[in-house]
Amino acid sequence: MAFDRNGSAAPAKPSKLRWGELDEDDGEDLDFLLPPRQVVGPDENGIKKVIEYKFNDDGNKVKITTTTRVRKLAKARLSKSAVERRNWAKFGDAVHEDVGARLTMVSTEEILLERPRAPGTKGEESKVAGDNLAQLGKGGAVLMVCRTCGKKGDHWTSRCPYKDLAQPVETFVDKPAAAEPTSTKGAYVPPSMRAGAERTGTEMRRRNEENSVRVTNLSEDTREPDLLELFRTFGPVSRVYVAIDQKTGLSRGFGFVNFVNKEDAERAINKLNGYGYDNLILRVEWATPRAN
Amino acid sequence: MRPILMKGHERPLTFLKYNREGDLLFSCAKDHTPTVWFADNGERLGTYRGHNGAVWCCDVSRDSMRLITGSADTTAKLWSVQNGTQLFTFNFDSPARSVDFSIGDKLAVITTDPFMELPSAVHVKRIARDPADQASESVLVLRGHQGRIARAVWGPLNKTIISAGEDAIIRVWDSETGKLLRESDKETGHKKAVTSLMKSVDGSHFVTGSQDKSAKLWDIRTLTLIKTYVTERPVNAVTMSPLLDHVVLGGGQDASAVTMTDHRAGKFEAKFFDKILQEEIGGVKGHFGPINALAFNPDGKSFSSGGEDGYVRLHHFDPDYFNIKI
Repeated sequence: MAFDRNGSAAPAKPSKLRWGELDEDDGEDLDFLLPPRQVVGPDENGIKKVIEYKFNDDGNKVKITTTTRVRKLAKARLSKSAVERRNWAKFGDAVHEDVGARLTMVSTEEILLERPRAPGTKGEESKVAGDNLAQLGKGGAVLMVCRTCGKKGDHWTSRCPYKDLAQPVETFVDKPAAAEPTSTKGAYVPPSMRAGAERTGTEMRRRNEENSVRVTNLSEDTREPDLLELFRTFGPVSRVYVAIDQKTGLSRGFGFVNFVNKEDAERAINKLNGYGYDNLILRVEWATPRAN
Repeated sequence: MRPILMKGHERPLTFLKYNREGDLLFSCAKDHTPTVWFADNGERLGTYRGHNGAVWCCDVSRDSMRLITGSADTTAKLWSVQNGTQLFTFNFDSPARSVDFSIGDKLAVITTDPFMELPSAVHVKRIARDPADQASESVLVLRGHQGRIARAVWGPLNKTIISAGEDAIIRVWDSETGKLLRESDKETGHKKAVTSLMKSVDGSHFVTGSQDKSAKLWDIRTLTLIKTYVTERPVNAVTMSPLLDHVVLGGGQDASAVTMTDHRAGKFEAKFFDKILQEEIGGVKGHFGPINALAFNPDGKSFSSGGEDGYVRLHHFDPDYFNIKI
């Protein structure tokens, strides 16, 4: 059996007894005025209704309807004595059980038998860790936090594939040429800005820009999750970004969505360009590569 | 699964017991009133009012008509299961800790705590068919344990009594003569206090849980150690599935340290172990305090756990529980 409580309280009809005939005595128990408890059902769908009346704190009569679903257990094999015990009268404290006292509840939380090792997951995890280590060489994966996109353990800040799409920190990007002389002075130069590594950085950037879609004319309340919801239908999305004005905290009305596959991005542009979203007409187009 | 939460007790749970058919669940707590629930939907059937102290243990007769409870008010009481009336009271000089009906319900073993210079003891009482004929004299009194006796149960054919407690030694007594027959080995036995003991359905073996963070499976006749289940927290409660080869361990950190740590650190799950491979199968979370009591429904399709948090959680297994492979 399962409980599914939909309690509702509504003021009942005025009683036939005139109030003037009643004593003003506050302590008096007026329960005899209440209509008796009614039990309706259970009907063919197993819906059982219990209608009870009681006085609330203000002395008003309140009708409490409790709707429960009674579910028959399939193949329940009960012994005769167990069936008999089912009909035993309540005793002890259970006799005067309050209507509102919900001693028995069904957990709202789904509890699972948590396996110490879910089949498959462990293998995958170790594989991912291995990949990271391979990329890294000998750096600690825990320390690897990207300052641009905040992603942990995926890449260093300097190799962030999204850095030029994020808030303007171009000073960083535009500097490789200037950085070279400083490196001779012995100051620290991030690996990506050293002469050899520069190429891979730009390659990565270009690849990401290719599947980047610019969305303009967004309403001010549109946030990244909304945008993700909108674009996810077309295919896997690797990043969603909505430009936020840092002073006001409001959306600046445009954003970027990066797709994993180019075809998905194309379909999204075809479908969503001119689409009415939150009272505004979206403009969706390829993000123009940033002119360096 | 969505467990059914039963909040009938104000204080920590101490013991849980299903009747033979598995339709009633008895719960004991430190709040003086043992309670009986319908085991299918968790509805409260009634309470047994009369004790004046924490109730440590209970047992129900095979025909589900009699209930015996042991309490810290130095009494053990016999009740009528149906209407909660007291049938008889056994008075002791010290708190009663554990009660167990023999096979056939003609005898009961009751253990008492050490108290005011008195050593702990195991009492055997004859249970009369008619409560009017009930006598309060002990048939047999066994002494020899150091400290509390956490649990004493009947061995096969009522010929032995198995007891275990704070001194970490499991003892097997002759139930006729009161002679000590066997003692568990220091080498293989528990290192710290035994907190719970539970017989298998067929009575051929039993499992003990201890504060040394392990549970051990023993042969009931020879008292040889068969298996050991190691976990990372003190074990307060153990039970065995009557259906599958599963052992369930409940425990958690000391109740006094609970408020100082996060509930995830407390390890308050009920841990399932494979009885034969001694490997962990999984854990069931939910309690906000250590688990003090565990019981399996005799049909093996549901189990309940009682915690220091005052809740009884009744879990009906999902169908996929029954085909878990290691």
